[in-house]
Parts: sequence; C-alpha cells; structure tokens
Amino acid sequence: MADLRTNLAGITSPNPFWLASAPPTNSGYQVQRAFEAGWGGAVWKTLGDPILNVSSRYAAVHFNGQRVAGFNNIELITDRPLEVNLKEIYETKKKFPNHAVVASLMVEPNQEAWHEIVKKTEAAGVDGLELNFGCPHGMAERGMGSASGQVPELVEKQTYWAKEAADTPVIVKLTPNITDITATAEAAVRGGADAVSMINTINSLAGVDIDTWLPVPHVGGKGAHGGYCGPAVKPIALNMVSECARNNRINVPISGMGGVSNWQNAIEFMLMGASNVQICTAAMHHGFRIVEDLIDGLSTYLDERGILSVQDIIGKSVPTFSDWGNLDLNYKVVARINNEVCINCNKCHIACEDTSHQCIDMLNDPNGHAILQVREEDCVGCNLCSIVCPVDGAIDMVELKSDLPPMTWNERQSLIGSLKDRKVTK
Amino acid sequence: MSTSEPMIQRELQKRFTEVTPPLTNQEAFQESQRCLYCYDAPCIQACPTGIDIPTFIKKIASGNMKGSAKTIMTANPVGASCARVCPTEELCEGACVLNHSTKPILIGNLQRYATDWAIKNDQVLFKEGQSNGKSVAIVGGGPAGLSAARELALLGYSVTVYEAEKQAGGLDTYGIVSFRLPKAISLWEVEQIEKLGVTIKTGVKIGKDIPFHELLSTNDRVILAIGMANVPDLQIPGEQAEGVYDAIELVKTTKDAPFPTHLKDKKVVVIGAGNTAIDGATCSIRLGAENVKILYRRSEQEMTAYDFEYEFAKQDGVEFRWLTQPVEIVTNEAGQVKGMKCVKMKLSEAAEDGRRRTEPIPNSEFLIECDAIVKAIGQKRHLSFIEDLGLAHNDGVILINPATMETSNPKIYACGDVIFGKGQGEAMVVSAAQQGKTAAYHMHESLKETYSA
Repeated sequence: MADLRTNLAGITSPNPFWLASAPPTNSGYQVQRAFEAGWGGAVWKTLGDPILNVSSRYAAVHFNGQRVAGFNNIELITDRPLEVNLKEIYETKKKFPNHAVVASLMVEPNQEAWHEIVKKTEAAGVDGLELNFGCPHGMAERGMGSASGQVPELVEKQTYWAKEAADTPVIVKLTPNITDITATAEAAVRGGADAVSMINTINSLAGVDIDTWLPVPHVGGKGAHGGYCGPAVKPIALNMVSECARNNRINVPISGMGGVSNWQNAIEFMLMGASNVQICTAAMHHGFRIVEDLIDGLSTYLDERGILSVQDIIGKSVPTFSDWGNLDLNYKVVARINNEVCINCNKCHIACEDTSHQCIDMLNDPNGHAILQVREEDCVGCNLCSIVCPVDGAIDMVELKSDLPPMTWNERQSLIGSLKDRKVTK
Repeated sequence: MSTSEPMIQRELQKRFTEVTPPLTNQEAFQESQRCLYCYDAPCIQACPTGIDIPTFIKKIASGNMKGSAKTIMTANPVGASCARVCPTEELCEGACVLNHSTKPILIGNLQRYATDWAIKNDQVLFKEGQSNGKSVAIVGGGPAGLSAARELALLGYSVTVYEAEKQAGGLDTYGIVSFRLPKAISLWEVEQIEKLGVTIKTGVKIGKDIPFHELLSTNDRVILAIGMANVPDLQIPGEQAEGVYDAIELVKTTKDAPFPTHLKDKKVVVIGAGNTAIDGATCSIRLGAENVKILYRRSEQEMTAYDFEYEFAKQDGVEFRWLTQPVEIVTNEAGQVKGMKCVKMKLSEAAEDGRRRTEPIPNSEFLIECDAIVKAIGQKRHLSFIEDLGLAHNDGVILINPATMETSNPKIYACGDVIFGKGQGEAMVVSAAQQGKTAAYHMHESLKETYSA
C-alpha cells in the first residue's frame, strides 16, 4: 500500500485528509471521533474571543434532486471559552499524538492580541496554527476574518505578528472574496507564513423563499450574507490553488480546500500543488465515515499506478496550467458520435443547434435508423455535446492532426510585433 | 358464522380499489429528475395523442404541477384515464431512450401523479372558446366523443353530447375494471368537459328517444362515437342457460357499490383472451369465485391481451386453458350452467395474414365443470343503426377518411370504436381520444368558411 503520510511545512499526518476548521471540529469529542474514523488531521474551529451565534445558521443549494450541491453558513467562530477548547486540544493531542492538530485563530488586528493567543494555543500542544483571514460573515463586520484578509498589508502584518510569537508552523488561510488571491498569498509569504491554505468560504445568499419572500436562511425574518462552500465551489478553489502553485513568489506549501468531496477531488488538488486537503461540507453531509473511501480510493489509485508515496503526486500538474496566451491556437479537437452507443436523446443536437455552432445533424442511416452526425469542418471542439450527453462513450472528442506547427497567441503577437518593428526600422 | 352483507361489501370495496399505488411525492420527484428531457423525444412520437411528455415531466420536476397537468390534458382530454390504462410499454415507455441504457421512465405513473394532483386540487385547466355560433351534436360520451367535445368547446362550438348510459365516460366509466381505472377518474374528465359549457345529455338513446335526423337538421355537424355493442353469442347449445354472462356487463356491475355476489364460491369459465376477457376473469376472482379459467381456442402467442394484463391475471390466480374450443354449455334440470363441453384444438401453419389457424383434434372432447360462464369474445356492432343512417360501412365498421374522420356523409364524422376493425383504427382509449381531436379539427376546418365570411 502506498505511503499516504503527508508533511505540510513540517506538520505531519498519517494521511492527507484533514477536517477543515468548521463545525465538525468544534470540540474534542468530535475531533477524537474523526481521528478514530481515520482522518489524518483537524484544524480546530477558530479560537478567539467567544462569540454569540444566531439560530438558523445553515442553508444548502440542491440541484435537480441532488442535495447539497452547495452549502452556506452564517455561523461564527467558536462560541466556547478558550480554556475549554485548549483543554480539549491538549487531551486530543495526547490521545492521538501522530495526528495533526492545528488551531485556527482569529483575533483583532493587533500585535499583542496575536502574541497572546499564539502562546496560549501552542502551550496546549498544537502541531501548527492556521490564521483565519477568510471568514466572510459576522467577524468581518468587526474588522476580523476576511475584512483583514482582503487587505494584503494587514495579511502581511498579522502573519508577521503571529510568527513573532510562534514556535510551530503558521498557515495563513486566505479568503476567495478578492480579485486576485495571489496578492494576499504573496503578502502572507512576505509576512513569514510557513504555508497558505485556501479557500475560505465565498460571500453568498443561498436563496430566497418564494412563498415568504424571506432570505434563506433567515433569523426571525432577516437574513445576512453567509459563506458558500461545498461541491459547487470546487472549480473556484482549484483555480485559486493552481494560480498560487504556479506563482514563484508563493514558495510555501499549500493546503487545499473548497468542495473536496471524494478522493478524486483530493488528487486533483494535490496534482495542482496542494500538499494536503481539508474537507468540511462532505463530512457535514455524510459524517466522518467518508474518510474510509477517501483513504481507500486514494490508496488504490496510487497502487494501480505504482506510485509509492502520495507526496509524489503533489504539484505534478502545475506545469500544465498556464495563461490563455500560451495555448496552441493550432490544436484542434472535434466531436465524434458513436451511434452504436448513442441512445438518440438528441440533446447534443439541440445544445449545438441552439447554443453553440450548429454542426450536429439529425439524419437517418441507410436502414432508416435515426443517427446523429457531426460536420467536423464546422465543429470548433467546444465539448458542449459531450458535456450534455447522458451516456458514457457516445461522444468522443478526438484530436485532429494539424498541418500547422503549434502557435500560441503570445507567440503570434510577438511575431507580428517583430515584423512591425522590422518595417519601422526600414 | 355468517358474514354480514355490509362486511362483504366492505371487503369487495377493498378488492376493487385501484391496485397500483400512486407514486409518492418523493418517488415522483426522483423519477421526474431521471427524465433526460430529450429533444424531439421518441416518447412524444409514440403517444397517439402526442403528449409533450418531457415537458410535463420537467414541470413535475420544477414543481409546476398545474402546468404539468395542463400539458397532459391539452393533448389528451382523457389523459387521467390514459395514465392508468394505456399499454405504456408498447407506447411512450417502450420508446423511452433509457430502455437502451437503464430503465425507461415511469411515464404512465408520472402522468397519473400530475393528473391526480389536478383532481385532488379541484383545478379547472381550460376555458371555453368564444362562441362561434355553430353547434355540433356528438352521439356517444366515451373517450372519442368527449375528446371531440372538449376540442370543439375550446374552439367556440356549442356542443351537445348524447349518452345512452346514466353517466358519460363510456368504457372508461363502465368498461374497465375499477381496480385499474376507478370511475371517479373518468367522471372527473367528464366534469372538466362539462365546465367548458358542453351539454351532456345522459340516458338518451339516439334513434329511440331522439331520431338521428333531428340531430342532423338542428346541428351544423354530427359526430358518431357510439362505440360497439354487447358481446356476441357463442353460437353453441345451452347459450340461454342461467349463469351465462356478458363480460362487459359483468365489469359494469363492479364499477360501483353494491357489488354483485352471485359469483362467490363459483367455478367460472371465461371465453376469450382479449383485454375484456382478462378484466372479466380478474373481476370474477375478486367477486369471490373459487376458480377462474380462461379458455382460448388459440395459444398464448395469439392472444390479444397485453403482456402486463396476462401477468396480472396469472398473479390473481386465473388459469389458462389454451387450444380449447367450447362446443356446448351443459346445464342441469333447472337450466343452470353445470359445465362446458370443449374440444382440443391444434394450430396449423400461418395463413396469409400471418395468424395461425386452428382446427379441432378429433375425439378430443372433454368437460370442464363450472357454474358460470363469462363471454368475452369481442363486441357486436350497432349494425342496424348504422345502416339506418345510410353510411358506408364494412360489417358495421363505419368507413371514414382516416385523415379527417369524415364518413360517407360530409356532415357526419365518426371516431372511436365505431370505426375500429377490419384493419381500420386502433382499439386503445388513447387512439379514440386522438381520433376525437382529429374529427374536431377537420370539422372546424370544413366549417371555417361558413362563418368567417
């Protein structure tokens, strides 16, 4: 069996699956249950000055009968006294010395406050610290969480203060509620972060009840924006991880999270540069037991490929992720419909006809059977047909060999530029 | 200890309750999500009334129940009945593209779910059209007649339906066993049509209570949707004995309480193997018959009952005696049925029409003991009535232009079972509904000139 042990900036854990700082890591009871189930690590629900929560806190987006495509919450950081949390952290770490226990921290943006909480928390025996600069609701209105996480200077300064006091590795958790996450990631690195983690939740309003016209969820008739997570945010999170991973100035490990729901998702994040993954919504949907398949699936995946350690896949896809301007303009794929497999639902036809490039014809074969056929000369290789096709193997996107050598937009522009320059010098 | 009559009736009521349970909300929601929402969907093409099936299913999924029911009922004025009685595996569900990859969508059950919603929530789905001053008389208030009436009412015609029975609905109301199609469903469809201003005169027999020519002279057009008559005689000795029943009449007596009790503990023999034979047999079982046998002179392959009906009858405990031809009804001295004398048959090679002929095996006579005989060998035609009208027909099957439903008299249209047979038309309720629509549209087309001027 492949070695699943991971190391994030010196924090080791038996496997790459950590519970993210959230309701599942609210107490020693829960974290210990998680470790018993097999989770490799847990980031304790954010410590700070205990807050008051409201009732009616979560909402979800269900899509076409599937529950929890996305998840929204307006719960704040821990509502339990710091001493209680620290005591339970101590006990948990004692029972599970090989598991990673990381404390998430959030205090006002001042040096003393950061020094104090870092010291107290480390005294409880944590393996590392995660600075919560991402929580988008409630705490942000008090100048904490994403309010400070959206300002690169504040990220840098607070990271620096935490690092001044810290002996254990400091992870900076970033908010996605910003135009370019690499700006704040760089700031964290400048402040001395040992690792960054992303993404925190995205500003969201889960819905409006069309019968009562009230926001979902509402607290006694009034709602406020929450933080969005779950499967629907995975592509956003994966992009942010990838952007940071390919940025040379962000030369610290990344802990990836945002919609990771299964072992395949975990592999995707790790291939794109995450050293481990953090999970919350999937556990909240199904319980801690999901970790069994996470471990089993990952392990089988690695074994089937003869990969000895999960660490060997970290960042392996990063070089394939670039800017649009570096894509080959002469590369061409087209759709091919396998009429043996096709069930003639005609969804590809109508999708192409109405919304794409009008290149799939509904025809009859010589025996009079309905078939669908792509006019390859008109197909732009957009993939839409294969995306809407409900049957595996009915539509293949196949590569057509190009007569032209590869040429990217950037290459083309620089070539045109050099030709222009030549004209001018003449 | 004897069982009291109310108890017996309560028990019978239970036995005649619809056997297929409705989909639960959860089931309907999940099943509707499974529909692929095909473009140019084959299920639509397979539906004789062309219900936009993906659309009505999508509307169940989106929670637009009224819209869903309306989509169904727009295309098929007897869509609630059809949801229950259509041979869906041969129509929409048989055409579902998911047959090739998983399981077809439960279209019939979803259609029932949507129309049940409309029934339960007392919805009025349509509004009559603005009056165009024209009137149409429809003879026969079954699926074909009602369907034509609904379409004509939407188009602004003044429509009167003449129905010989006490209630309209035809076979849907009287002729299909209530454990497949409760009477209330058919009557809801009738009521929907009445709410459009259609006058339905029940208990009126045209040709007896009102002469046909009167309809013809007082209306712009007449539609004949008179269906078929009772089951013909077996034409064997003993036919008049006490205990010989007409399957259609038998089913009719079980559509409402009080239920008959005369078949309790009886040995019943049903003659025929079509839809009505199955209904007669399963009704007899539910009425308490000790044993029910279906006798058919051909074999399993030739029987015209649907596979699901055959399965259902077998599950009910009905026995089948293939290649068995009744030759004489044996009676006791009181003239009551005591048995059926039969001969064994054998099948010959297929004839030109592809159907194999049968011939009796010599000296193979045997007796099946029974106390009751249910005839289900098809239905007679209203032959003399049709002859009186002077319409072209083939053995009582009114000849029509299948594109327009026009008879040999351009003022008279015909649809439903009255045109079914001799290679013309289809026997299904859903086909009758479509024919009613076709008749209405073409009649409208033919009358347009007369009032547009």
